[in-house]
Amino acid sequence: MEYVSKIFVILISSILINNFVMSRFLGICPFLGVSKRVETAVGMGAAVTFVMAMTSLITYIVQYAILEPLGLGYLQTIIFILVIASLVQFVEMVIQKTSPTLYQALGVYLPLITTNCAVLGVAIINIDEKYDLIQALFNGVGAALGFTLAIVLFAGIRERLELSDIPKPLKGFPIALITAGLMSVAFLGFQGLIK
Amino acid sequence: MKKALSVFFNGVINENPTFRMVLGMCPTLALTTAAINGIGMGLATTFVLIGSNLVISLLKNFIPQKIRIPAFVVVIATFVTVVSMIMQAFLPELNESLGIYIPLIVVNCIILARAESFASKNSALLSVVDGLGMGVGFTLALLLLGSIREILGAGTWFGMPVFPESFSPAVIMILPPGGFITLGLVLGLLNKLTGRTE
Repeated sequence: MEYVSKIFVILISSILINNFVMSRFLGICPFLGVSKRVETAVGMGAAVTFVMAMTSLITYIVQYAILEPLGLGYLQTIIFILVIASLVQFVEMVIQKTSPTLYQALGVYLPLITTNCAVLGVAIINIDEKYDLIQALFNGVGAALGFTLAIVLFAGIRERLELSDIPKPLKGFPIALITAGLMSVAFLGFQGLIK
Repeated sequence: MKKALSVFFNGVINENPTFRMVLGMCPTLALTTAAINGIGMGLATTFVLIGSNLVISLLKNFIPQKIRIPAFVVVIATFVTVVSMIMQAFLPELNESLGIYIPLIVVNCIILARAESFASKNSALLSVVDGLGMGVGFTLALLLLGSIREILGAGTWFGMPVFPESFSPAVIMILPPGGFITLGLVLGLLNKLTGRTE
């Protein structure tokens, strides 16, 4: 029972309290780049969720079955990024063969996931926090759900910003960043939810 | 020589990675809570940029077109590993405060963007200059943002107090929202000053 509650804490804290975008600043590039429409934001979130869950599993196995027994810990960064790049390529091929419609919808965003620092970030955090396999998986899923939550909410706000009257110099990135700052204030409210 | 100078200043001013290209936002927002962190991150990124630009421009004729991105990423990851080992050995405190963002230099879009758009098309010397220019531009941007946030949020600059005792710092500036808002306002101000709008 204690184990289950620990997993629940990991899940909640990675979705809300330590939200990857809002408080850890990971995955800002897709957050700002792919958040102009709600539909594309949802698609991006779904693809990232799948890749992050798989990455959490595979990098965990690679770290403890290959790198540590062989004393190759210093190769962590290189190996992890290769794992992520090939995983994204693999996901792309599978989706292309099995569901051409989904492939069409995600289009260019799939390869971009490789350079989403949230994916490499979650793999490294899993190892740093010494999570076991199940905890690592839930941390990955939670972080990805948190990313999806943030990007979908943000896309909703940005759709309305398009229509509003904004001072000229603030148009585009500046107002998007200020909006993200205000959202981040809201997420600060979750601090202290646990303990 | 003239070409090299223009490439250098292109990186520092015209195509400043933070203020003009809006690339590499994760470390920019996360590590500008203090001026010293900004400089540390900027210098580490500069080192990786110079190294990866040099190696990639030397190897550009040997890397097959189709697998160039994975090849670039491996080169970049190698330099990041070197930086992280150097920092662990000589600057353990800075390494501690930069934490997870050191290995994450690998996925900093600035570095891959320069490899793809500059180093894979230009000579080794120009690529090094481009790496230096971009790195200096990035470092200056981080220093500026870090200074604003540290002065307003903690009342200090490089750890030295700049305000009298009675000043109560606005803690929000060194919390995550401060990062977004500071960068947004600075970008807006630069747009206003240069008359550039989107």
